[in-house]
Amino acid sequence: MSIEVNGRKVDWVKDETIQHLLKRMKYTFPLVVVKIDEKVVPRDNFSEIIVPDGSKISVIHMISGG
Amino acid sequence: MNIEKAEKIRKKLKESCVGVAGVGGLGSNAAISLARVGVGRLILVDFDSVEESNLDRQYYFRDQIGKVKVEALKENIKKINPWLKIDIFNQKLTVGSMDEPFHEADVIIEALDSAIAKTSFIEEIMQKLPDKPLVACSGVAGYGKSDRIETKHIGNLYICQDEQARSSDDDVLMAPRVALMANWEANIVLELLLGEDK
Repeated sequence: MSIEVNGRKVDWVKDETIQHLLKRMKYTFPLVVVKIDEKVVPRDNFSEIIVPDGSKISVIHMISGG
Repeated sequence: MNIEKAEKIRKKLKESCVGVAGVGGLGSNAAISLARVGVGRLILVDFDSVEESNLDRQYYFRDQIGKVKVEALKENIKKINPWLKIDIFNQKLTVGSMDEPFHEADVIIEALDSAIAKTSFIEEIMQKLPDKPLVACSGVAGYGKSDRIETKHIGNLYICQDEQARSSDDDVLMAPRVALMANWEANIVLELLLGEDK
């Protein structure tokens, strides 16, 4: 009953959406891409897609500097 | 030197066009490398002018302080390779029209500074020019830790990144890491234009 978010093992929560997971992880930075098991999730679906148990989530974000 | 390989590369790059969004630390250094290898056409976009504080990491010179960056960079590139075609846009990229200067580019380099500008640009390019390869960069601040830099690849987006780096708002920008990641971006561009080096 756990998932992996950016290499970190965290508890799986039943019926949790991507949007809620991002909030739980305190990921408030400007996001670029969220992938579940290597599949890209469109931003418009963040509030609908439920995170499956055992899944691997990658959240890619941008850090300032150029 | 493998003359046959060099000639093949020269021909291919001569016909290529690369767009560079932002010509600060990342963009100026990436553009110089692409000019040195002979990319035939560069599209440079930036609204800024050269300041004294840029000289510690950006490809400009003391006598160019006050000059519009895209014009100063064009001047510097021409000193290295006068045969390139260089299109310059002295303008700020604003949401809604960020893609406009880049339609003719084969590959686009994101070389902006703030995380918000980077994200807006990537989103808009991925949405409006979904078939265009886009090379972005994240986490350039600080020094050392070269081994933390990696390329993330998602569809047509290639991100040169150090996930553990701090924001430049809370850190320092220094020439070695800036030039390293700028050239990392330029190196990905070469792979995209030429195919994998075998």
